Amino acid sequence: MLELYVVMAFMLIASAIAVSLRGLLSSVISVGAVGLGLCVMFLLLKAPDLAITQLVVEILMLVILIRATIGRGVSRIFHRSSVWIFAVFFVFAAGFLAAAWVSLKDMPAFGEPLMRVSDYFIRNALERTGAANIVTSVVLDFRAYDTLGEATILFTSVIGVLALMRSKGRKKTDERDEPDS
Amino acid sequence: MKGMSLIVKRITRYTVGMILLFGIYIVLHGHITPGGGFAGGVIIALSFIHFVLAFGGESAEENMPRKFLSIGESLGAIFFLSIGLLGLAGGYFFMNLLGTGEPFKLLSAGTIPLSNIAIGLKVGTGLFAIFMALSVFKLARKEGKE
Repeated sequence: MLELYVVMAFMLIASAIAVSLRGLLSSVISVGAVGLGLCVMFLLLKAPDLAITQLVVEILMLVILIRATIGRGVSRIFHRSSVWIFAVFFVFAAGFLAAAWVSLKDMPAFGEPLMRVSDYFIRNALERTGAANIVTSVVLDFRAYDTLGEATILFTSVIGVLALMRSKGRKKTDERDEPDS
Repeated sequence: MKGMSLIVKRITRYTVGMILLFGIYIVLHGHITPGGGFAGGVIIALSFIHFVLAFGGESAEENMPRKFLSIGESLGAIFFLSIGLLGLAGGYFFMNLLGTGEPFKLLSAGTIPLSNIAIGLKVGTGLFAIFMALSVFKLARKEGKE
């Protein structure tokens, strides 16, 4: 448990640094440090699948994608600190903490989950699907509908990005009425 | 986007293949070891991104045309959906028709490795297409205007 708290403190410090930095790239790298902390936490909790995905997506894709788009737009963040921002922050933080305390009070204790559905998966996944990795057998066999939804989301987002960033088919506003230019 | 220095290019020649191979390994062994289609697909996309960052956008556009990316993305989606529809032949959507096989072997677990390959193809080409659209294609449009 102690190492989890150490990693959690690291993530808190990194996120505080990410908010307070001015350069956008350094800020993004600090967010990547938060993702690294989450990855280590998944490893400590014995979830290597999540750790791999977290490491690859959170750190590399976030940093690289933002690095790829940086330099064309804003690269620095301009602060406007005022009393109102702090007041709004404290109100929302207090509301969030109160709602979290109310809703997390009834959850099962840490390390003692309710094993209703997952117990069935753990007992029967190997013989029913033949996959040694239970996570994969849940994702691609028992709950393949969810994965199909995720694939649809990714497909739609790729189509959206390509449609917004396309180079062909774009016309200037004054040429739009002409048939073919 | 211009390429990086000679040292980076030289080392990239050796490392990019290994990263791609590691991604393919993660995809193919998704039902045995941790990982799977999504994580492996992202690693495959990252190996291509590594190549683009080192060698610059122009060389990437020559070696990997846009049509390849769209075909890969669509093929992965159709492949995954057809695996689901294949299950209808046995009873219900996404039924694991093929035999489960012997556990801990590469050829086991029925349709799960096939789904992993489909998702890996889809995620790899899709994320790389997003990266290209955000960085390289935009540059081409700016140069075309001038």
